[in-house]
Amino acid sequence: MTTIDTNTEAAEMPERDPNAVSITINGRTVEAQKGDLIIAAADAADEFIPRFCYHPRMSPVGMCRQCLVEVEGPRGPMMVVSCMTPVAEGQIVRTDTPQVKRAQEGMIELLLANHPLDCPVCDKGGECPLQDQAFSHGAGESRFVEEKRHYEKPIAISELVFLDRERCILCDRCTRFADEVAGDPLISFTQRGNNTQVMTFPDEPFASYFSGNVVQICPVGALTAQPYRFKARPWDLEQRESTCTTCSVGCRTVVQSSRDELLRYQGVDSDPVNWGWLCDRGRFNFQSVNSEDRLESPQVKSGDSFETTSWSAALDTISRTIRHATPGSVAILGGARGTNEDAFMWAQLADAMGVTMRDAQLDDGLPASIFNYSQATIDAACKAATVILLAPDLKEELPVLHIRLRDAAEKKKIRIIEISACETGLTKHAWRSVRAESGTSVTAVQQLMADPVVAAQIASGSVVVVAGRANLAEGAEHTMAAVDAVIAAVPTASVLPALRRGNVRGALTLGLAPQNGNDAVSILEASANGHVECLILLGADPMNDVADADLARRGIAGARFVVAIDTFLTQSAAHADIVLPASAYGEKDGTTMNLEGRVTNVVQKITPRGTSRADWMIAAELGFLLGHDTDVTTLADVQKLMAKKVAGFGTTTTAVAVKRDGVVVSIPTPTRTAFAAPTIAARNSYEFRVDVSRKLYDRAVGTITSPALVNLAPGASVTIHPLDLERVGAAEGANVRVSNNHSSIVLPVRSNEKVPRGTAVVPFNQPGADIRELVRHGDSVVDVRIESM
Amino acid sequence: MTSNPGGTWPHAPGFIEGDRPRIVTSRFEYEDSYTLQRYLATDGYSGLRAALGRPATEVHDEVKNATVLGRGGAGFPAGNKWGLTPQGVWPRYLVVNGDESEPGTYKDRLLMERDPHQLIEGCLIACYAAGLSQCFLYVRGEMALAQERIATALNEAYAAGYVGKNILGSKFSVDIVLHWGAGAYVVGEETALIESLEGNRGMPRLKPPYFPAAIGLYGQPTIVNNVETLANLPWLLRNGAEAYTAIGTATSPGTRMVAVSGHVKRPGVYEIINGITTFRDLLYGEEFCQGIRNGNELKAFVPGGGSAPWFTPDQLDLPFEASQVGPAGSMLGSGAIMVMDSTTDIPRAALTLTRFYAHESCGKCTPCREGGTWLERILSRVVDGKGTDADLDQMFEVGESICPGAFPHASNEKLGITAVPFPYRMNTICFVGPSAYAPVHSALTLFREEFEARVTKRTLIPVTAVAQ
Repeated sequence: MTTIDTNTEAAEMPERDPNAVSITINGRTVEAQKGDLIIAAADAADEFIPRFCYHPRMSPVGMCRQCLVEVEGPRGPMMVVSCMTPVAEGQIVRTDTPQVKRAQEGMIELLLANHPLDCPVCDKGGECPLQDQAFSHGAGESRFVEEKRHYEKPIAISELVFLDRERCILCDRCTRFADEVAGDPLISFTQRGNNTQVMTFPDEPFASYFSGNVVQICPVGALTAQPYRFKARPWDLEQRESTCTTCSVGCRTVVQSSRDELLRYQGVDSDPVNWGWLCDRGRFNFQSVNSEDRLESPQVKSGDSFETTSWSAALDTISRTIRHATPGSVAILGGARGTNEDAFMWAQLADAMGVTMRDAQLDDGLPASIFNYSQATIDAACKAATVILLAPDLKEELPVLHIRLRDAAEKKKIRIIEISACETGLTKHAWRSVRAESGTSVTAVQQLMADPVVAAQIASGSVVVVAGRANLAEGAEHTMAAVDAVIAAVPTASVLPALRRGNVRGALTLGLAPQNGNDAVSILEASANGHVECLILLGADPMNDVADADLARRGIAGARFVVAIDTFLTQSAAHADIVLPASAYGEKDGTTMNLEGRVTNVVQKITPRGTSRADWMIAAELGFLLGHDTDVTTLADVQKLMAKKVAGFGTTTTAVAVKRDGVVVSIPTPTRTAFAAPTIAARNSYEFRVDVSRKLYDRAVGTITSPALVNLAPGASVTIHPLDLERVGAAEGANVRVSNNHSSIVLPVRSNEKVPRGTAVVPFNQPGADIRELVRHGDSVVDVRIESM
Repeated sequence: MTSNPGGTWPHAPGFIEGDRPRIVTSRFEYEDSYTLQRYLATDGYSGLRAALGRPATEVHDEVKNATVLGRGGAGFPAGNKWGLTPQGVWPRYLVVNGDESEPGTYKDRLLMERDPHQLIEGCLIACYAAGLSQCFLYVRGEMALAQERIATALNEAYAAGYVGKNILGSKFSVDIVLHWGAGAYVVGEETALIESLEGNRGMPRLKPPYFPAAIGLYGQPTIVNNVETLANLPWLLRNGAEAYTAIGTATSPGTRMVAVSGHVKRPGVYEIINGITTFRDLLYGEEFCQGIRNGNELKAFVPGGGSAPWFTPDQLDLPFEASQVGPAGSMLGSGAIMVMDSTTDIPRAALTLTRFYAHESCGKCTPCREGGTWLERILSRVVDGKGTDADLDQMFEVGESICPGAFPHASNEKLGITAVPFPYRMNTICFVGPSAYAPVHSALTLFREEFEARVTKRTLIPVTAVAQ
């Protein structure tokens, strides 16, 4: 009988989530999940509990004691810290009793006891949690009449971050972030009691790629960022929510400006993407937009120098050149730096002109068919059983993806299998990490898959392959073949393409992918051979970015007419016949697509520099002049056209894109062909196989034009194993000659045990001698000799 | 001192007939009490032998039945504590808290200096009974002699086969690891001790989990016991739970060591009977402290370490029994009694204690870090004669932010105040913050006139009187 009763009840009542917990906050019943903290449940229910140390993305520490609330217990109401106490069924929480109010006022008074009242000159004043909560939850006055603590203020704890210990309230947010989230535990508490202070270790600056985040999460003005110090007061800032396009992770940001000048980017918590974090390069390169070196008006080459010209004259010259060019001799390189709308309009123009030579990448990524595998999102990777890394050091190239994967590995949610030429930032978090010399990754994958322990791990759940171009001195076919080898072993595996450039996925899927195999290398080769009559550089700088320096030089020199559309007069733009100024990030609206295929919006916050224009406007204008009018005058027109022409990129997409988390789109891509790994001749044991990999800070234009970042590039060097250094017979830091059949350069040599024997690691695009002189696109791998001088 | 309730107890040579029982200090009379030779000559390691002859669960039950209360301060029964470890999680550890640093307390130091083998034997019995595979002996950094003697004793014990693999030919193996502290009061708190042992900053861990028994050292189940608690075990195993519970009262069986300091004629460490000996016995008894120095009047005393609220002569007849001392407004804590006679400058005495706790705050939570120092600074101004009457109430206000609600204190007939029972409620993570407030609160509550004599009376001009 009982069974029947239960059944009837079950039929009538919707089944309750077994993890649901209902609690009462200030008399209101609130639903929460098992394991939630009271403070999080209160946040979700719009009951604000004051706090300083609690941060939803970090483990709670209960240090500031500001979030004390009363919970009904067996012995009457008990004061508990709501950031440490999990919810329990039937819990009765009060945040508004006189006892709670007294405790909150008491904590504010204690925190303010030693806090200097320099709010009028403090960068945080106006957006300061301590200031705000002193007003909302404080008693209104301090009874502390003793002298306050004094420290030297401020001290630089890194090139970018300043620390004022007098303002610090010791909430452990920055130190926790450095240790838990960034994995760079370079700041810590020293001393104790009332003298406790945050400090770096002796002679070791807080040189984290993520140091800007501690400034953002500091609840007082103790940590300030060098690029923003004393630049603005928060109430003078206007902001719009946008997406960072420095790399392809697509972190959500707010773009803040005052007096029509970009002043700060702050991370915004997008749950599927960046969790509120930004890397320092993305955070501080707003300086580049404000740079005095920005191009302001169209330039036309006259002799060896440029002359300013008008847009109409410049576009007229370009359209005449294109109209008189031999059909099929126009080429477009680039497009990955702009918005989806920019890429789409240029692709439309290319289609109308019959241009087959186009490539949004500069031989520095993977073929666009990488998007043709089953695609994974960042969340999917962080929830997979196994993540296989066939990618560059994510900490250097896609820093926030590194943070997400590191977090998942640290919390034992995923197991990472890494195949790389030398150790990366994720190596110590990897379950398996194997060293595969350049050119041997396919063999390494096959060997790994044959290992029964690895096979068992892979069989235990979903598998995501993070695939990217780890080594610019190694052909992309090696990575693609290695991905194929994984897929052959695990057909259900999905791929998260780790291509680096901001909107490279958007550009490639919206029509700027190579056609008929005419990729950047073959375009430049054709150009070098005189087959390109008009080369359009769409924010591309081959002279700086193509791994084969010789090819880039010959390609640019061989083109009869070069048009550069860029924000700066780059190395390649300096060789152009006409340079058009493009609007930069923050100067134009649009959408962008991150490495997952997630479409989010980017916004205009300031007036474009000079007469610069968005790339899509230039394409529309040029199309009109060439007789391919698209009848587009506004961004909305472009988006309407996109909705019509691009399958999968409907009108809903652009509408959803303005929302924080955007939307992941699925756009059909060219079918993929199987890649075979070329057989590589064994390395001569006297030679080194070169690993050319990127550092976060290099000579990228956005970095060198940001004064805060320009000096952070480590500089060109060659790093080898200490025993190899001994064999070479050079001292640490001494200059060595690095040479092969193509060329010879001189670099300082360093040793590092993380580099396997026989491998030479040379960072890409660094100030100093250029390794690209030794790289030829025809060589599948690059071997060099290293000799002491 | 009441009479000898259980008749005769097994004892060491040198024992005076009719004297109080000695469970842990029985060898203190010998010059060479710390050597293995002497230890073996006085029933040493026979408790371990007895334990190994019985199943571990039986030994555990024996300790449970004897209700050996933890001697570190909280007074939690050791046998029950051992039972808190989750089943089937290995390895699990014993950590011995030898970081005795409560002001006024020096009993564990003597136990380590004078009878290190007794402690080692106690550790082995605990490990056997609770199924622990490794023992970490954490000795306070400042106790050089204790460190030396423990290290020597451990080497002797290893050489003689009492510690290590297959102890005394049994299947039972335990390793004891010695660790010297770096000198921080808060490390006496068990989770801070574990942090320190792991090589981290000695800061208390966040609760929950409330006990390291589930997640302790290196994330494994860990039992943290006080030195004196473990030193009781050899005697207990030799003589059985019945003989143990025959001493003291039902709720507090056995003896406990107390360290008396301050203005008594004969300060020192005494082994008293739990629940029977009263404070009056201890301070005035012939076999104990023999009264107040120079025949002075007793003014106040701290009954359980520097962090305990104070007692006055009104409470002298309370026995050493937590269930009576708690309701009277204080705690037995670490068994340190600090005696203040009529010549004591009470504000200065309070400052001395508060300064200690403010200095020893680890700096982790706000009320302790800021509140403790604030109290110290107000108090030192008052002591220097630079305070005002507003400062006195301000100290209560700061205390309210550290410990909300009524703070425990003793009753006082003369002042006509009734006791507020122990324990206090607290806004802090651990007990260091409230400890900084306890001396201030007691001194201000019981001896307010001494403070008022020191401060300047301040008359505030009412705001309405100021010309607008």
